[in-house]
Amino acid sequence: MPDSVATTDLAYDVERVRADFPILSRTVHDRKGKPGKPLVYLDSAASAQKPRQVIQAISRFLEEDYANIHRGVHFLSQTATDQFEAGRAKVATFLNAPSERSIVFTRSATEAINLVAASYGRTFLSEGDEVILSVMEHHANIVPWQLLQAEKKIVLKVVPVDDDGVLDLDAYRDLLSERTKLVAITHCSNVLGTVTPARVIAALAHERGIPVLFDGSQAVVHGPVDVQDIDADFYVFTAHKLYGPTGLGVLYGKYDLLKTMPPYQGGGDMIESVSFAGTTFKAPPSRFEAGTPPITEVIALAAAIDYVESIGREAIAAHEHDLLQYATQQLSQVDGLRIIGTAPGKGPIVSFALDGVHPHDVGTIVDQYGVAVRVGRHCAEPLADRFEVGPTIRASFALYNTRAEVDALVASVLAVKEFFGA
Amino acid sequence: MMDDLRELYQEVILDHGKNPRNFRHPDDANREAKGENPMCGDRFMVYLKLKDGVIEDVAFQGRGCAISTASASMMTEVVQGKTAEQAKALFETFHDLCTKDDHEHCDHGPVDEEAMEKLMVMSGVRQFPVRVKCATLAWHALNAAIDGEDKVSSEDRD
Repeated sequence: MPDSVATTDLAYDVERVRADFPILSRTVHDRKGKPGKPLVYLDSAASAQKPRQVIQAISRFLEEDYANIHRGVHFLSQTATDQFEAGRAKVATFLNAPSERSIVFTRSATEAINLVAASYGRTFLSEGDEVILSVMEHHANIVPWQLLQAEKKIVLKVVPVDDDGVLDLDAYRDLLSERTKLVAITHCSNVLGTVTPARVIAALAHERGIPVLFDGSQAVVHGPVDVQDIDADFYVFTAHKLYGPTGLGVLYGKYDLLKTMPPYQGGGDMIESVSFAGTTFKAPPSRFEAGTPPITEVIALAAAIDYVESIGREAIAAHEHDLLQYATQQLSQVDGLRIIGTAPGKGPIVSFALDGVHPHDVGTIVDQYGVAVRVGRHCAEPLADRFEVGPTIRASFALYNTRAEVDALVASVLAVKEFFGA
Repeated sequence: MMDDLRELYQEVILDHGKNPRNFRHPDDANREAKGENPMCGDRFMVYLKLKDGVIEDVAFQGRGCAISTASASMMTEVVQGKTAEQAKALFETFHDLCTKDDHEHCDHGPVDEEAMEKLMVMSGVRQFPVRVKCATLAWHALNAAIDGEDKVSSEDRD
């Protein structure tokens, strides 16, 4: 992601973008034949809606080209294999990975992190070795390391953030030591929106020969990511937050590293030969793709990437940045509302608390106005503890959101305050 | 739209949510249990003074939304002086109230009609299934305290 982006891009035609998303034209809470409220979808950080282009790519593949891949000698199998591998190449280009051999498909970003923990971690980490995380990690980038901790007696170190939610780079520098064997840090916080300085994080670790994993699930959605430029050793993201399908995650790994790692799961297309005397395994990425992979999903992700590229990642970033600024400004004017996470250059995510009203009550009431937000701790419980806020309300913006939808959010929050006399 | 909201957030609920009754830690409590909703982080401690099978005192502390706080507060009012069995029957009946249509309610044994009448204000939660866990959180904790367990999660049932 860029460290900063230009403000409003006047050329951005959000209405044209919205027309690509069928779900955005529906109403919610329809009653007895009466239309309800227009959907204001501000929960894209949890899962983004799908454009018609992705939906059609799924239908077309299933209707015309579907077959299992890599095994069949028949026409459809070859066609499906070609499209699947073209999808891998597209993801590689999307991340500017040096080769598609560095792209491993998993079930989710969570599984991709688990793969690294289970394969790289179990092989190369031993008792007393340290893994550095940050306090703003999603549970998916905490729990796999805790499982490894229980198994290998490794030590987890946590980089703090300041009151704005900016990663404490000095503390990070101090935590790096001879015992550090891996750094695993988010590229963009799903709660605070904080974008971490990935290039600096990687460079400081690499001075000591320590590999770095970035959780990019929120980052790839909001702007260009270049894994070679930031020099990531591992980079993970999920398809469904990038306007693609559920059930598909991506692990990028430097090929020389992937080659050193043993299989994580066994079976299916990841083998070279099997006998009861023993099994030999294929090279990466096949080595890490046991069983029939998510074929349709990879083709759908390729369509999602095409879609995002057709609009332009810089243009999307500028549009979302405008929404973030507008939302921050408008919400800041609401009495008793506190925004959690005010780092400069943050992604388009606004988490906030409202004095005297519990987020669950806020979520239920704004939903009646058609406004879909996330309430809770957003799978980042240590961060909620850090800011001593417990659950919060999170509005997350995507390429299809508008300033009018920000106004709808603010109006619904004001209605909550009136309802509760807060 | 607002009708449903008014049904969920009736004045009585808003009042109990803002001014919870029995929001304290009794010195002579001999049972306690923590109720936790892992989804939102809401936590309540329910304290009981249980003597010869009778709830002589019940109170709670913790934090939660308007629905869960009001439900906890009302619970402490209606189970005071009840036997453990009566309280459990009330819990099951209340649970049905929050989750089932009127005609689907099961027979959980004799319940205090006056208590159920008070609890009827929570019935609006039926229209908001995601909030059932809020409404029943403290009740789960009460149940756990009666059973001598020290904590319970609202994910365990509902």
